[in-house]
Amino acid sequence: MERFGAVIRRYHLGPLIGLVILLFVLSVLSHQFFTFGNLRNVALQTSVNALLAVGMTFVILTAGIDLSVGSSLALSSAISAGLMASHLNVWLSALVGIAVGAACGLLNGVFVAYARLAPFIVTLGTMTLYRGLTEIYTNGNPIFNLPNGFSNFGSGSVLSIPIPVILAALVFILGWITLHRSTYGRRIYAIGGNERVAYLAGVPVKKYLVSVYVISGVLASIAGLVLTSRLSSAEPTAGTGYELDAITAVVLGGTSLFGGEGAILGTLVGALILGVISNGLNLLNVNSFYQDAIKGLIILAAIMLDRKKANSR
Amino acid sequence: MSVLKMTDIHKSFSGVSVLRGVHLTVQSGEVVGLLGENGAGKSTLMKILTGEYRADSGEITLDGQSVSLDSIHRAKQLGFGMIHQELNLFQNLSIAENFLIGNEHHFNHSGFVNYRQLNERVKQILQLVNLQRTPTELLSSLGVGEQQLVEIGKSLLQKVRFLAMDEPTSALSQAETERLFQIIQSLCEQGVGVIYISHRLDELFHITHRVTVLRDGKFIATKPVQETNEEELVSLMVGRSIEDRYPTVHVNPGPIVMKTVGLQTAFVKNVDLTVCAGEIVGLGGLMGSGRTEVARALTGVDRVTSGHLQYMGNPIQLRSPQEAIRAGIAYVTEDRKELGLVLPFSLRANVSLPTLPARTRFGLVQRDVERDFARDVVEMLHIKVHDIEDPVESLSGGNQQKVVLAKWLAQKPSLFVLDEPTRGVDVGAKQEIYQLMNELKQQGKAILLISSDLPELLAMSDRVYVMHEGHLQGELPKQLVTEEAVMRLATGGSM
Repeated sequence: MERFGAVIRRYHLGPLIGLVILLFVLSVLSHQFFTFGNLRNVALQTSVNALLAVGMTFVILTAGIDLSVGSSLALSSAISAGLMASHLNVWLSALVGIAVGAACGLLNGVFVAYARLAPFIVTLGTMTLYRGLTEIYTNGNPIFNLPNGFSNFGSGSVLSIPIPVILAALVFILGWITLHRSTYGRRIYAIGGNERVAYLAGVPVKKYLVSVYVISGVLASIAGLVLTSRLSSAEPTAGTGYELDAITAVVLGGTSLFGGEGAILGTLVGALILGVISNGLNLLNVNSFYQDAIKGLIILAAIMLDRKKANSR
Repeated sequence: MSVLKMTDIHKSFSGVSVLRGVHLTVQSGEVVGLLGENGAGKSTLMKILTGEYRADSGEITLDGQSVSLDSIHRAKQLGFGMIHQELNLFQNLSIAENFLIGNEHHFNHSGFVNYRQLNERVKQILQLVNLQRTPTELLSSLGVGEQQLVEIGKSLLQKVRFLAMDEPTSALSQAETERLFQIIQSLCEQGVGVIYISHRLDELFHITHRVTVLRDGKFIATKPVQETNEEELVSLMVGRSIEDRYPTVHVNPGPIVMKTVGLQTAFVKNVDLTVCAGEIVGLGGLMGSGRTEVARALTGVDRVTSGHLQYMGNPIQLRSPQEAIRAGIAYVTEDRKELGLVLPFSLRANVSLPTLPARTRFGLVQRDVERDFARDVVEMLHIKVHDIEDPVESLSGGNQQKVVLAKWLAQKPSLFVLDEPTRGVDVGAKQEIYQLMNELKQQGKAILLISSDLPELLAMSDRVYVMHEGHLQGELPKQLVTEEAVMRLATGGSM
């Protein structure tokens, strides 16, 4: 039994076991739940949060936090949509949007790494700043009239798998390779584990810190493109509160808010748990007022289970 | 006059026996040294005495009466105190408030803290331990040595009959150590029995009356210090005789590897020193005299504000540790837990951290190369590790220190700056580190050795520079190096 526990801890299987239990319970409670159509739906609904959560994992591994992702998402997608609506090439518009996301991240990173401000405070400020810029740019109105080709990107599928899901899967694979196999990823963990040791071992800590916020900004803008395409419009209020879902997914996945410990697969599982809970509560026709409270309780229970294991070490 | 006796103490953790029949006797007014390598069971024995662990079997008596130590509270009541190696203090609170935590009931005034009474009492105790500070000062404004005195003071708040100290001098300067010894002596005169754990044999001879040696959880011997010597204690401790505690090799020095010319940083001024290939150069001085700051200037950590460095005959500017590493300079930092290791990382990941760029192909870490290197250093430095994938925080101090050294070997640097490379390390591991230094010396590496351990500094160095208040006070060639000469320079005297 002790060995079994050790295996669970070593490979961070706690969140995965939680997800499996959740899947099992929901399958029993609802006939519709475990069908291809519904699971496809869960994956599609999870894809935006999953993209944000990958970026958030990078940031949190350095013991940082990025509260501005929801606003970065809104700003970058508003600008992309605006350019598309004024008949600029779709690809070029999307690229500009991604560049805006990168710039949002760059500003965060420079404040954190070079001005040495607390990530929480920096991104709390830029969260409001980027939201404000979005409102200025859109004048508070949604942007419609996007080209049909762009809408197809969000609603299309390959071999009945939605394109956003494929995109999120690709980003996860890339994120996994980067964090767990590349030199860059190893150094991210080292910075989170002990920043001074990393610096003395020749890691250019400041550049690396900036880079994780840029990654987070870029992924926020990609998530924004997915969302805009699915809704066929860019809303100035898009992505409000998404930063908290992304953080929840990362923490549910077992990544430590103090940095240096965690894994990207955990984040995937965390994002799926959130998606499955929302979907399941809808299928079970739970009153929407109760949904949030139940969701909150499940999150607390999951985190407590994980803590308990960590403490028993 | 009371006598504390621990007889035939056994203790095991999940099947692994840590103590196998240990005896220890302490009388009030005497200092008993407790000696043993890392993992010999000293700390476990002390934790049984302070009620943190319960012994599986064995007897503890106080003046012939059997006592049961089933809680920390009970041990406190009996007057058993302990000063841990790591300070357990709150940096963000005042000195007095640090005394308050855990002793609130003494200063309780209907639910409020009676600060007047507290400050008054703390003031008395600070006088007792000879610390010239006011109780309201913030703890973080105190040096490590002074904080140690606060820790000792805390144990005096209640009537203490027996006090255990675990390596209390490992972070202290010579002067602070002297002060601590005076306090220990005055405690003894007041009838306190002291159990003193240290790896520094010279200290044991200086301060203790008797020494008890443990090895692998077993009681080996108790000897009055007058009837023994360092060699005997070492051989009792390691179970074989160590012929030469400080093995040295002779190498004819090669060309100058590092030379500083009028080096100045925010912390040191006018430092001129040279380190040659195949040479171990010592850098002595009191804590805070600027030794570590010289190391930081040579390794790209601190900015050079005037003067310059010459490396391999050419002027060099180092703007970051990254540049120093690329140039072939290795900085083995002091304080392995804070500056040397990423504690949750495996041994494999720790030893490859400085050399990751060289182990990268297409952006990916070459894990097989990494693993091979980790296995090589484990074998070469005799690092005791169950698995190279285990986190380094699970290793003992000596093995952790070897990991800190190992991580710089792959790069094949030309200059090693070693800052306290053997602090808190047992005799056996120390000797292995010295042997590694000798090997590096024979390979023609230049080594700058910073050490507070004077016998080590004297024995291992070919020349010694001594620092005082941020500048080089003097240089001592091998034939003139004595402890007295080093201390004279370190305290601002001349040669």
